Amino acid sequence: MKSKNSGQREKGTKLLSIRDLYVEGFSDERWHPIVRGVDLSLKRGEVLGLIGESGAGKSTIGLAAMGYAKPGCRITQGSILFDGIDLLAMAETARRRLRGSRIAYVAQSAAASFNPAHRLLDQTVETVVAHGIASREAANRDAIKLYRRLHLPDPDTIGFRYPHQVSGGQLQRAMTAMAMACRPDLIVFDEPTTALDVTTQVEVLASIRKIVEEFNTAAIYVTHDLAVVAQMADRIMVLRHGRTVEEAETRQMLAAPAEDYTRTLWAVRKLAKPEVPAADHLLTIDNITAAYAGKVKVLQDVSIKVPRGRTVAVVGESGSGKSTLARVITGLLSPVSGSISFAGHRLPRTLKERPKDILRRIQMIYQMPDNALNPRQTVEEVISRPLEFYLGLKGAACDRRVGELMHMIEMDESFLDRLPGELSGGQKQRICIARALAANPELIICDEVTSALDQIVQEEILKLLMRLQQEFGVSYIFITHDIATVRAIADEIVVMHQGKVVEQGLKTEILTPPHAPYTELLLSSVPEMDPDWLTKLLETRERKRVGAAN
Amino acid sequence: MTSTEHVVAVSRQRRTRASRVKTALKKAPFSAWFGIVVILGYVFVALLAPWIAPYGETQVFTEAFAPWSQQFIVGTDQLGRDVLTRLIYGARNTIGIAFATTLLSFAVGVTLGLLAAMYRGWLDQILSRVVDVLMSIPSLIFALMLLSIFGSSVTSLILIIALLDSTRVFRLARAVGLNVAVMEYVEAAQLRGEGPRWILTKEILPNVLPPLIAEFGLRFCFVFLTIAALSFLGVGIQPPTADWGSMVRENATLITYGDITPLLPAGAIALLTVSVNFVVDWFLHATSGLRDEK
Repeated sequence: MKSKNSGQREKGTKLLSIRDLYVEGFSDERWHPIVRGVDLSLKRGEVLGLIGESGAGKSTIGLAAMGYAKPGCRITQGSILFDGIDLLAMAETARRRLRGSRIAYVAQSAAASFNPAHRLLDQTVETVVAHGIASREAANRDAIKLYRRLHLPDPDTIGFRYPHQVSGGQLQRAMTAMAMACRPDLIVFDEPTTALDVTTQVEVLASIRKIVEEFNTAAIYVTHDLAVVAQMADRIMVLRHGRTVEEAETRQMLAAPAEDYTRTLWAVRKLAKPEVPAADHLLTIDNITAAYAGKVKVLQDVSIKVPRGRTVAVVGESGSGKSTLARVITGLLSPVSGSISFAGHRLPRTLKERPKDILRRIQMIYQMPDNALNPRQTVEEVISRPLEFYLGLKGAACDRRVGELMHMIEMDESFLDRLPGELSGGQKQRICIARALAANPELIICDEVTSALDQIVQEEILKLLMRLQQEFGVSYIFITHDIATVRAIADEIVVMHQGKVVEQGLKTEILTPPHAPYTELLLSSVPEMDPDWLTKLLETRERKRVGAAN
Repeated sequence: MTSTEHVVAVSRQRRTRASRVKTALKKAPFSAWFGIVVILGYVFVALLAPWIAPYGETQVFTEAFAPWSQQFIVGTDQLGRDVLTRLIYGARNTIGIAFATTLLSFAVGVTLGLLAAMYRGWLDQILSRVVDVLMSIPSLIFALMLLSIFGSSVTSLILIIALLDSTRVFRLARAVGLNVAVMEYVEAAQLRGEGPRWILTKEILPNVLPPLIAEFGLRFCFVFLTIAALSFLGVGIQPPTADWGSMVRENATLITYGDITPLLPAGAIALLTVSVNFVVDWFLHATSGLRDEK
């Protein structure tokens, strides 16, 4: 395999040039600026990484590069020149012809972008055939070639499957094939790997990079993950509040970021906490086996000990049974066999059998604060309910405690009359934390609590959780697939794979080699800031494969 | 907390539910305003019927089928009763009964529908299949049959139509309830140990209210039309109680003489139905988050 470094690719003439772009979005009955005067230029064969927190306008700029504004958005000012053509001046029909044939788009959620009722192959060649670029037969042959180049398994037949019959990572690659089918000059990738597990992410990143290099396609790569953008982009542009903060070649940006904001972005991943061994255990899980609808075993013989006042990180990819474990502990799913003891007493298996006081002592925080907060309840209602329900607080005493809790989560009391829809993602997650804290719990189960948040907000939430642990001695079970989060918060680690515990122990023990094979795969798949990381990793894995074959 | 969050907190004014409603009303289109005004007018007339009406509800004058005049603004009916008076009392009876019926059908349908959505399993199966059976019989014919069995009293009219209509409400409530019952905030409430009553009324109901309120408006129209239809067929509201459906039937012959009097109660029915639909349309549009592209 020819593996050229992305930094050394040949670049051609100027392909895309955006000048002084302004985009507005309509919400709360008025127009708000989303992008405020961004300049951007891209040469043929160049990959530009757009990075920033959510609301920075990354995706909007990505779409604007195709001359497109989402419904409810409008481009108010600026010019977009694509290969010398003014995209904003031309008719919508002409623009549409350009999209799909010369400019393509790969969305964040491939699962939501494919039509579940049609086969992958038909969808891959749809634009080619519709634009009359090739006959259906020729397009089909070409699509299979693309599948092969993208390292999809069974490239000859995978196209005949339906979207739900392939995995998320394969679907994301199929979508890249769809974008590539017309051999566009420019592809816009909008967070294509954000929804994937780390182990899958590596494969998709490698495939995307390879094919973009082979066809010398220019690309705009939108992401909030610095380590990913370091692997993919020749040049990085940091955005904030719709403005450009900084723009530089990848290596230069990584080595010496010029702006403070960029440096804070860089610093996030360096959060780390020294582990503290625990004296006694709060929760002991013994040989739990659990299954849904009495059939497929999702957890097999799982035993975990949770130390008091410490954090256990449960790590694994999706489908490893992490969330099922949380359901068993909370009593939502009663195990087939095994037992759980909490603070020295055996926990009843189902929710109904558990007394109110036990329910109070085990609380849960969810991944998506949007779904975990009732959209019709104000912040005050959300936080005061557990106080009233568990502790019988009413009136002034309740109000006072709500105030204290708001103070603990570092939010102002003016937020109390807000509905969840009027809060940012980080604020919503803080409210969820306050709701859990209101019950004075001993154990909080955190199910991927930071994975839906931006990196800077993630760091704030993690810091908050750590501070609360120090102050109140609460134990955490921290379910996550992100190793950086584990480093930041865990004392102990449990690695899970396909419903079984692969390894468990203190953080340093697990994170220092030698690793169990699965732990090795998981750890090595976590992107690092080094722009050569992906290249090196692929070489190492290739060597091992060749070594194993010999 | 970052500084941006503070900025957001200050720049946005506090919004209470009352002020939300006020801003929504301010932006309501003309059709919605028209609907609201008409409905309020009807309610006003219905509530104050004895004071507004020029004569008594069953007061009979000597002249039957009197033409429009100073004394009888829109004439008298087949027995010599003032039509305007009957129209005003008709508003009270028809709307009142329709409203009570709709309310009852929603109380039954929403409660059972949300319970089915919350517990699923066998409860859902039993309720849904019973509803399927009830819905498989054409409702007007079913209503006619039940009314002839139990007699056409106002009570049995309300109960029968409410029962038949609650099947449709059940279906809607169950469908929208299912979407909400699987949300994590409902799970969070279960984990907290909340009882079914709290989960039903505080967690699920507020989130399914917009489609239910919209449906309430539409159901109200249908109930209203059903009552009018039953009255027209002679098994609805019984004389001498005034209602618009039977008024159309009793004076229908006048139309052959070029007198438009029987069209007045029909027009009253039509106007109210259209107005309710205007308001429902606007409400649905405002709460569903649908937005015209601008």
